[in-house]
Amino acid sequence: MFNRDRWSEILEALSSNWFRTVLTAFGVLWGIFILVILLAAGKGLENGVKADFGDIATNTMFMWTQTISKPYKGLPKGRRFTYRLGDVQAIKDNVPELRFISPRNQLGGFGGSNNVVRGLNTGAFNVYGDYPEIIEQQPMDITSGRFINYGDIEEKRKVAIIGEGVKTALYGSNEDVLGTYIKINGVNFIVVGTYKKKSQGGDSEEDQKEIYVPFTSFSQAFNRGDRVGWMAITANDGSSITELKENIFDVVKQRHTIHPDDDRAIGNFDLYEQYSRIEGLFFALKLIAYFVGTLVLLSGVIGISNIMLIVVKERTKEIGIRRALGATPWAIRGQVLLESIVLTIISGMLGISLGALVIYAINKVLDANGPVDMFSNPSVDISVVISALIILIISGLLAGFIPAQNAIKIKPVDALRTE
Amino acid sequence: MIEITDLHKSYVMGTNTLHVLKGIDFTVNEGELVAIMGSSGSGKSTLLNILGMLDEADQGTYTLDGTLIHNLNEKIAARYRNKFLGFVFQSFNLISYKNALENVAMPLYYQGVKRNERNEKAMHYLEKVGLAEWATHLPNELSGGQKQRVAIARALASEPKVLLADEPTGALDSTTSYEVMEIIQSINDEGKTILIVTHEDDIAHMCKRIVNLKDGIIIDDSIISQVRVKATSHV
Repeated sequence: MFNRDRWSEILEALSSNWFRTVLTAFGVLWGIFILVILLAAGKGLENGVKADFGDIATNTMFMWTQTISKPYKGLPKGRRFTYRLGDVQAIKDNVPELRFISPRNQLGGFGGSNNVVRGLNTGAFNVYGDYPEIIEQQPMDITSGRFINYGDIEEKRKVAIIGEGVKTALYGSNEDVLGTYIKINGVNFIVVGTYKKKSQGGDSEEDQKEIYVPFTSFSQAFNRGDRVGWMAITANDGSSITELKENIFDVVKQRHTIHPDDDRAIGNFDLYEQYSRIEGLFFALKLIAYFVGTLVLLSGVIGISNIMLIVVKERTKEIGIRRALGATPWAIRGQVLLESIVLTIISGMLGISLGALVIYAINKVLDANGPVDMFSNPSVDISVVISALIILIISGLLAGFIPAQNAIKIKPVDALRTE
Repeated sequence: MIEITDLHKSYVMGTNTLHVLKGIDFTVNEGELVAIMGSSGSGKSTLLNILGMLDEADQGTYTLDGTLIHNLNEKIAARYRNKFLGFVFQSFNLISYKNALENVAMPLYYQGVKRNERNEKAMHYLEKVGLAEWATHLPNELSGGQKQRVAIARALASEPKVLLADEPTGALDSTTSYEVMEIIQSINDEGKTILIVTHEDDIAHMCKRIVNLKDGIIIDDSIISQVRVKATSHV
């Protein structure tokens, strides 16, 4: 089927009217170009928005306590309660699908007063008592030294990992940080590491102004006993935290004698739900891109179909001659179909290449001018290119089908009579 | 070779039905050179189209080389045309963007003959009609007579049983007409069965038998003494 003669026939047919061929091809080129650009723009937006999540484990929720809103077992509403370390173990035991449960305690916070002192420098920073797992849930780059480890937890070492922002506030530019002491609420901690977080957007500066100390040391130093301020809980990859969180709440409610239907007692922020919502948004966006792109492509394909109809009309006599010489209907049909597919694919490939070129240029410009909020690295992956190619082949077939059908409908005798 | 009995064909034109062939009985043996004559509208081209399987009869039987041609689908018709028949048309019907050799090779292409063998064969037939040195020329670079000779070479290329020529000299002046007829006679001398539709007497008399059609029936069918074309020099 794909021998040299067939190709030379196709080339002859396509090159017999160059201007027309190029104009027709442009329709398809434009369609696939739009499709590629739309998909790439969607991807760029998606990359930009998802960059705001940083590397945070998205299958995570944060859980804190609120006021109990329902009386239960003789206890009144309006009570307050506090998580205890025992809750962490209980959740671990009852909900096995969880990957990390990090109890956290916190000092300072938004608008807090100065709580950290080093020599003459003071500053107001968020101070967290944490377990080593938190670095998996809220990734950060350790720029020097180390992060909290279980040795720190067990021996309740008073060590601290400080952010780059803390470092600038408390230290001179060439000072060694590791091994120095900072005073948090009057308690000395030795600095064993510095970190930098990758997040973008409004919180990015604040994110660098945090201090991490071991949970146990925190509890002891600041008199928290076994109380837990809040928890960061991450589910295993296979399960979604949104589905698991009710189980977690049940465990907590039972341990703290809270009415099972009390929805207000436990506050939570479900990152996964937010993330899913955004995922859904981008899925819809992608769908729209495909829809619009395919429609634009369709108009190009109709153009090809039209031209093929004209070509068949023009070559009615030639088709008649070929039929008289023994061309089977399939030979004729195949010829027309192949011509239209070749035209579609070649122009489509050019469109994809042009799209890739434009995307490359946009990336260059973006790289040169620094990051743009909500937009980064527009790209199409190979699967998109492959699906575009499949769409092209199918549309080429469709474009050729009606003209091919027309071509074989012509009776040889009528075709020969055409002068 | 060809046997038709009681062949009818009519065309519907709007509300009118045009009865073109009204019962043709007709036999052609191998090696015959038959001229089909008649004025326009007598049905001679229709008859040739039916013989060429380009058109189908409404009624009657048609047997070609022992094969009953009946209820053909297009695929089989194409195969039979390719295998049994060679066509020569009044307007030559060469494909304009292909050179002489490619035109001659076309039926072989549809037979699935390999490229080299195809070109070799096509060259052989071009030589036979005296146009070997014109092989790479496009049809519009050839004279009318040359075009018709290319068309004859093309019709012969598939080695058909029967050659059907529809007014092969209709578009040619008398000198080139005779050249074409000379070739046709020499092919016939080699034993090929040939049917020619013509309305020119002199051309008809260069055949061995004349069938006269009028208003869709055969009014006369006689063997004649053939007029041989003088061996004129080829161009």
